[in-house]
This record gives sequence, C-alpha cells and structure tokens, in this order.
Amino acid sequence: MSAIALEERPLNLAPDAPILRAQNVTKRYGFITGCEDVSFELFPGEVLGIVGESGSGKSTLLNCISGRLSPTAGNVEFATKKHGLTDLFDLSEADRRRVQREELGFVHQNPRDGLRMRVSAGANVAEPLMNLGNRHYGSMREDTITWLDRVELDLARIDDNPRNFSGGMQQRIQIARNLVHSPRLVFMDEPTGGLDVSVQARLLDLLRHLVRRSQLAVIVVTHDLAVARLLADRLMVMKDGHVVETGLTDQVLDDPQHAYTQLLVSAVLQI
Amino acid sequence: MAYVAVKGGERAITNAHNLLAEDRRGDQSIPEIEADQVREQLSLAVDRVMAEGSCYDRDLAALAVKQSRGDIGEAIFLLRAYRTTLARFGVSEAINTRQMRVERRVSAAFKDIPGGQVLGPTFDYTHRLLDFQLMANGETPLERTEQADELLPEQVPNIEDVFAHEDLLEHETAAANENETVPFDLTREPMSFPADRDQRLQSLARGDEGFLLSLAYSTQRGWGGTHPLCGEIRLGEVDVEFIPEELGFPITIGQIMVTECQMISNSRTIGEEPPRYARGYGLTFGHNERKTMSMAIVDRALKNRPAEGEKPEFAAHDEEFVLYHCDNVEASGFVQHLKLPHYVDFQASLQFVRKQREEWAERQAAKEAAE
Amino acid sequence: MTEHQTMSANAGPGLADYNFAYLDEQTKRMIRRAILKAIAVPGYQVPFGSREMPVPYGWGTGGIQITASLIGPNDTFKCIDQGADDTTNAVSIRHFFAKVGGVATTEHTGDATIIQSRHRIPEKPLVEGQIMVFQVPQPEPLRNLEARETETRAMHAYEEYGLQYVRLYENISTFGRIAATAGYPVMVDDRYVMSPSPIPKFDNPKLHNSPALHLFGAGREKRIYAVPPFTKVESLGFEDYPFEVQTWDEVCGLCGAKHTYMDEVVLDDDNNRMFVCSDSDYCADRRAQGHRGPHAGHELTEIAEDVSKNQEVMA
Repeated sequence: MSAIALEERPLNLAPDAPILRAQNVTKRYGFITGCEDVSFELFPGEVLGIVGESGSGKSTLLNCISGRLSPTAGNVEFATKKHGLTDLFDLSEADRRRVQREELGFVHQNPRDGLRMRVSAGANVAEPLMNLGNRHYGSMREDTITWLDRVELDLARIDDNPRNFSGGMQQRIQIARNLVHSPRLVFMDEPTGGLDVSVQARLLDLLRHLVRRSQLAVIVVTHDLAVARLLADRLMVMKDGHVVETGLTDQVLDDPQHAYTQLLVSAVLQI
Repeated sequence: MAYVAVKGGERAITNAHNLLAEDRRGDQSIPEIEADQVREQLSLAVDRVMAEGSCYDRDLAALAVKQSRGDIGEAIFLLRAYRTTLARFGVSEAINTRQMRVERRVSAAFKDIPGGQVLGPTFDYTHRLLDFQLMANGETPLERTEQADELLPEQVPNIEDVFAHEDLLEHETAAANENETVPFDLTREPMSFPADRDQRLQSLARGDEGFLLSLAYSTQRGWGGTHPLCGEIRLGEVDVEFIPEELGFPITIGQIMVTECQMISNSRTIGEEPPRYARGYGLTFGHNERKTMSMAIVDRALKNRPAEGEKPEFAAHDEEFVLYHCDNVEASGFVQHLKLPHYVDFQASLQFVRKQREEWAERQAAKEAAE
Repeated sequence: MTEHQTMSANAGPGLADYNFAYLDEQTKRMIRRAILKAIAVPGYQVPFGSREMPVPYGWGTGGIQITASLIGPNDTFKCIDQGADDTTNAVSIRHFFAKVGGVATTEHTGDATIIQSRHRIPEKPLVEGQIMVFQVPQPEPLRNLEARETETRAMHAYEEYGLQYVRLYENISTFGRIAATAGYPVMVDDRYVMSPSPIPKFDNPKLHNSPALHLFGAGREKRIYAVPPFTKVESLGFEDYPFEVQTWDEVCGLCGAKHTYMDEVVLDDDNNRMFVCSDSDYCADRRAQGHRGPHAGHELTEIAEDVSKNQEVMA
C-alpha cells in the first residue's frame, strides 16, 4: 500500500469510537497551573480547534495530549494500532515514542523545531517513511516528490537544505513531513503563526484542502480565530488553564455564550 | 626515482628512540640538567604537571619534565601513566583550605579584607622585561625579602566567612550523592551526564589549562558572560588527613601546596530563596593562578544549566562540550593519532572518489557529445 | 585464574613492579565484567572505567585494555595495524605484551588465540575460540550525525535510527551511492546500530555469523562493545541500493590474489603502482604455497621477510 494514499483508510475501530480521549487532564508547574481538568473526545477525521490568548494554557494542554509532557493528573488515551485505546503515559517511554513517530504528527509553529535543518528537504520528508521500516530508496523518493508537489514546492529544490527556503516554504516541508507517513492524528501548534499575512492565507488554504481530502484527525492550537474558523469543526475556548466554552465552530464564533469568548470574538470583529 | 614502501621498522623505531634520547640530552659539552634543578628552578612547570597529571609528587613531576624535554603535555601524560599503576589505599578527608598556611592571598572584592591582602610570590606588577643577568654566568644576586613586623594569623578567614553575616553567597551543597562518602573518580568511572558537581570539579581540575583559559575568556567576551569577580585567591600549604580503618580517626599524612580561587558572580535567585551571589570554585595542586581562576569561571558558567529540552547557547555553558574536551591527554593522543597509518581507510576513500570522478568524466563526455 | 600473576622472567628491566599484562587484577576484573555485559547485549556500548595507559589515547588504549584483561600465559598474541604485523604501532603493541606478559607472539592468523587489530579483519577465516580485539577511535556510529552523547544514548535506547537512514538517503541523492567506505555502520542482532570500527566495508561481511568472538574497545571514549560468535550482523542499506563491498581490477603484485583487500603502492614518479594484499601474513602464506603475482620478487617481499626473521631473533 502506498504510504501517501489520501483516500479513506480502514481503521480497526468502530466508526463511533474516539481516536483520542482526554480525561481531567491537569498540569501544574509548582504553584502555577498550566491547565486544569480538561476532558474531551476526538473522533477520526475530526478537526478540533483550541483557542485562547497566550498564557491560557492551550500549548501546555497540546503538549500533554500529544504525549510530550506528562500531566500532573488525568489520562490521555489514544487509539493505538497495536493495543487500541491506551493511556499514552502508561506506555514505556520507548513505546510512547514509537507511537509518536509512527501514528502521530506534530507541526510546530517554528519549522526549525520540527525539521532537521542540516538535512535536505527530501530527506526530511522521507525520514518518517524510514522510521516505518521502508528501505526502498526509489519508492520513498517517489512518495517524497508526490508530497512536495502536494504542498506546492518546487521539485527542483528537493535536495536543498531547509535553511535555504523561506519561512512559508519551510512550513510546507514540515507539513509534508508530518503527513507523508499517513498518521491518524496530527497536532498543530500555531501552524501559520510567524508568517506574513499573504503567505498565511495560502498555507491555510492548502492545509484545509489536505485535511478535508483525508480522514485525518487534527488538533490545532491557535490564538487566531480566523484560522480556527477555516480549519476547525469544533472549538474549545481556554482561559487561565480552563476550558470555558466548547461547541461547533460556527456556533461558538457566531453565538458565543461565555463572556470571555464574547470578548475574544468582538476583539476580532473590531479589526 | 623509485619509492620504497615504508612498512615495518623494528630497527627504525629503536633508532628513532635513540635519536630522541640524544636530542633530549642536547649538546653534551653542557652539563646535564638534574631533576632536582627542575624541581627547584622550574617549579611552576612542575606544579602544572602535578595538577593536570593529578599526582602530587614534585620529584616525579620534575623527572617527567626532564624526560619530556620540557614538553608539558608529554610530562603530564608520563605522570598520569605512572599514577594509574599505583596502589590505592583509600580516600583522604576533604582538605580544609580555611586552615591553609597562607603564602599569598588577595581579594578583588574589597580593598581591605579580614586577614589582609598578602601579595606573596607573584608575577603581577613585574615588568615583563627579559633579565639578561639571568643569562650571564653565575647567579643573580637575590635581594633580601623584608620580613613583616608581625606574623600572619594562623588561619586567614576565607571569603565565605567575610560574607557569612549577611548570607550573601549561595550555599555550596554537595550534589545528589551527598550521602556518598567517596566522591566520583574520573580515573575509575566513565563520565555520565548530567554531571554532578564532584565529577565536574574533578574534570576541570585535571583539565587543560589553555582550554579552560580560553573558555573562561570567551565568557568574559560575552559568550555566556557571568560577570565574575575574584572574591579571593589563596596559595599555601594544607594538611592532608586520612582515616585508617584500624584507627577510626583522622591522622595527618602530609602537607600539600594548593591554589584556591573563589569567583563571585552575578546573583541568582533559586526558587523561594533570597537573592545571593553565585560562586565558581577552582583548586589546583601547586601554584597556578591562571588555571585556578579559569576553572572557577568555567565552574560558574556551567551552573547555567539549560532548561529541560533546551540546548546550551554558549560553549562554556555546555557541560558535555566542556567536560568531554578539556582533558589534554585525551585530546593530544587523539589529535596525534592522525600520524598513524590510515592507508586501509584511505584506499577505501580513494576508490570512492575515483569512481565519482569516472562518472563525472562520463557525464562530461556525454554532455560534450550532445553539444 | 590465579589471583596475582607475577611478571614472567622475560619481562624487561625496570618492569618488575608491574603486574602480569600491566593492569592490576582488580582492573582486569572490572574490564571483564564490562566485556561480559557487552557479550550479553550484542552491539550495545558498555561504559567502563578506562584506565590511563602508557600509550596515547587514539593509539589503541581500548584494545590494549581488553587484551590485557583477557590474556594469559598460554595465549598466543597477534597484533596487526592496517592488516600488517610489521607496521610501527602493531610492532609497538606486540612488544608491549611480550614485555609485560612474556606471552608468545605470532604473525600467523591461524596460530593466534587473541588478535588485536586496527582497521582490518584478517583474510583467513577466523575459527571458534579465537578472539578479535578491535581498537576503536569513536565507538558511537551516530556521532557524526549528532554530537551529544545524551542524545545518541537516547536514540539507541528508543531504537530511533531515523537519522542514520537519513544520512544514507542523502548519500544516494548526492552521490548515487552510499558514501561510507570504512567504519560502515551495521545493525547487530536486529537491535543496535554499531560501528565496526574503521575497518573497510570489505571486512563487514566477516563479522556476520563469525565463529570467533569480536570485542571492540574505545579507551578514550571509555566504551566496550561486542559481537558474540554466530551473531547476525547486517550492513545498513536500501533494497534498491544494497550494501556492497569493494573489488579491485588488479591482482596482488606479490601473490596474485584477486579476492583480498589491497594496499596501493606507488612505485615511481611515472604513476606506476602495484597493488598488494593489505594482510601481510595471508600474502606471505600464499607465496609460501607457490602463488606468484606480476611483481613477485619485488623488494617489498624482502622487507617483509627481513622483518619476520628479525622478530624471530628478538623473540
């Protein structure tokens, strides 16, 4: 099976079974609370937006639910291929890292954090395939070219180092690297932050297109409600480490119930 | 001309060693230097060899300097290779530099300091002019050193005592292995990271003076600066005590000369504690201020441990970089092993490059044919 | 094993205070424990308390410590560098053990119980009971890709070898082939990526399922690792760009061998050169059996024979 198939992938799960389940996730740093008592379920193919201003705890939450930061309390269960729904932090470090490399993706705000800057764009995209055990150069090269094409990069530059690309291009390489191995769930931390507005718009369009074409589940953290509106099916609004409002994206943005959400939305509308 | 491949060389090696011995001796019409002359008259070379050779024995260090023809790195290597064969009786008690019989002691922190500033034997404030009298035959007449009116106190308080009533200095605590009576021993165990303080200080104390000097200097030039201030530097003799199992109490087994430096640097607040000055510590065998000060600055710089998941920004903050590369015997051996033959690997690489060149030539030819 | 083996009568002058084979028995025991652990976990780099030796780091301190901890009075020791017994550093190490242990030394691969080597595995197939001891400058196969030990240890622990494959992938994109020619990384027992030390990749296949025990010692880096007898050792590669060994168009100028690793000898200023077996013992053996190459009788043969005669006199 080609690793880049975007068609619906068979999942060994009941269609209504969640791919990720967070229960009462709490993270404290000494006396400071990162996030507290967050619970939600995410289903295959669903895009969840986590919004809030900086310091609201959304990045802490993202790090916890992606298995990168151990929560002080609560559970994060992921539907692993091997064991089904399993608490990520019950796995051994080696198994957790294996699940992270093989079944998950993580798109960082700064592409430098998610790419090997001294390794060519092509090798960056091929690496997840090699992690899955692919040992055929030709087929990996083909998949890499397909993906670089899909994220609209100049194929002649496949062997250039990421540092020779613009910020927006680097982000496209990072996205290709995180989708090439057909993960089931991808986390995105402000994927369009730090980019020019026009570059942002094109990248968002691309992301939306890629996500809609696949059955990929996505959790995207953003402070930008426009990004949330374009990408997310559902929203979670965070303030001071707590979830203050959840619901369908249009519902939350068009008819916000919580005072804080109303403020966030009106702040955007004023611009 | 025809080449003869250089292989073998039993005789060549023996001959080379004979030639080395001849060169060491130099012109035989000039009297041979005695090890005790080295010990007495090249005493700072001897001190450095003892410090980096981590073996306190002035006679052996002097012999090493003589045998190595004054190559200090080679002398350190000789002493280390000897030290490793010595039987180990046990670990002494920690020396107490508060009870040092001070020969030199200066502080840059205060003009006047309890116990006083004692200049002692120092190159500081000398004019670096070659003294041709030393080259003329015979000895330079020595000017008498004036005796002070009163003796120095038996114990000179150290910088910790000076700051004690205000509690301004950070507390030095033993590392995680506080309860272990035997400190980490680099010569018996491989390094591991993160390094505890004992491993770090031992490694720096044995570390190459030049390497540590340059690292310390880099922090002063803004590559991870910690604004160091020489709280105190002291030189003198301390007692070495040992507790024999059969006695159960400490007995003095000898005296050693050491140089100690306490660097004070910009304050750090740790958790809920009040602000205090951070410290860096340096100690070497013998008289070696350049090394001791560098060590103290680098020790302080290494306290800037990056937050988990982050990488250090500057070389002097990078524990793994500093500790893995400061040993001059390791570094010198590995750099110089490049003199050993590498023709097997080179043959492999030659083949590779030749193949690349062949393919390049084919591509060129094809290109030219196409044009 | 006796607790305190003393110096043999052959020991040189001024060495009476040193223990048999230089290291004290406690140290040998510590090294043997590290070796046992290395054998139990093939390809894993075991940290050990490497001692300071009377030869410089990078000149074989790791190999010497392994040999010193294993060698006994009944052993026969062979030492090669670049495949030859008569290269300076090999001569020096062989003398060291003759001096501090009075052990028998040999140049014949078949007669040796312990073979210490820098950069080669002998051509003559090793047999059960023989121990190969490799001198290792850099035990970490991933070091050129990641400078930090803390990182590379984690990569081995979590079997995260993506970076290693990325390097091979980039080689192919850049050169059309995998560039490593010596110190070519291997996968041991399907678990650990390991550096075979800077042997030419020509020698890699000799490690796979070898009846001999292969021990690797890095003195400066303070690591010991092992390939136990009959262990799977796979040189890394891709299905469409598989691992392959070097071959020569030329034959050995002295013995006419076609299947050995060759040294290139420049003969004159007119770019005339001949190729000779890098394994000097193997080449001499073949010549003794009557094999002749196109340069048979070249002065290089005489030098080699001269040296071995010389050694018999000394031993």
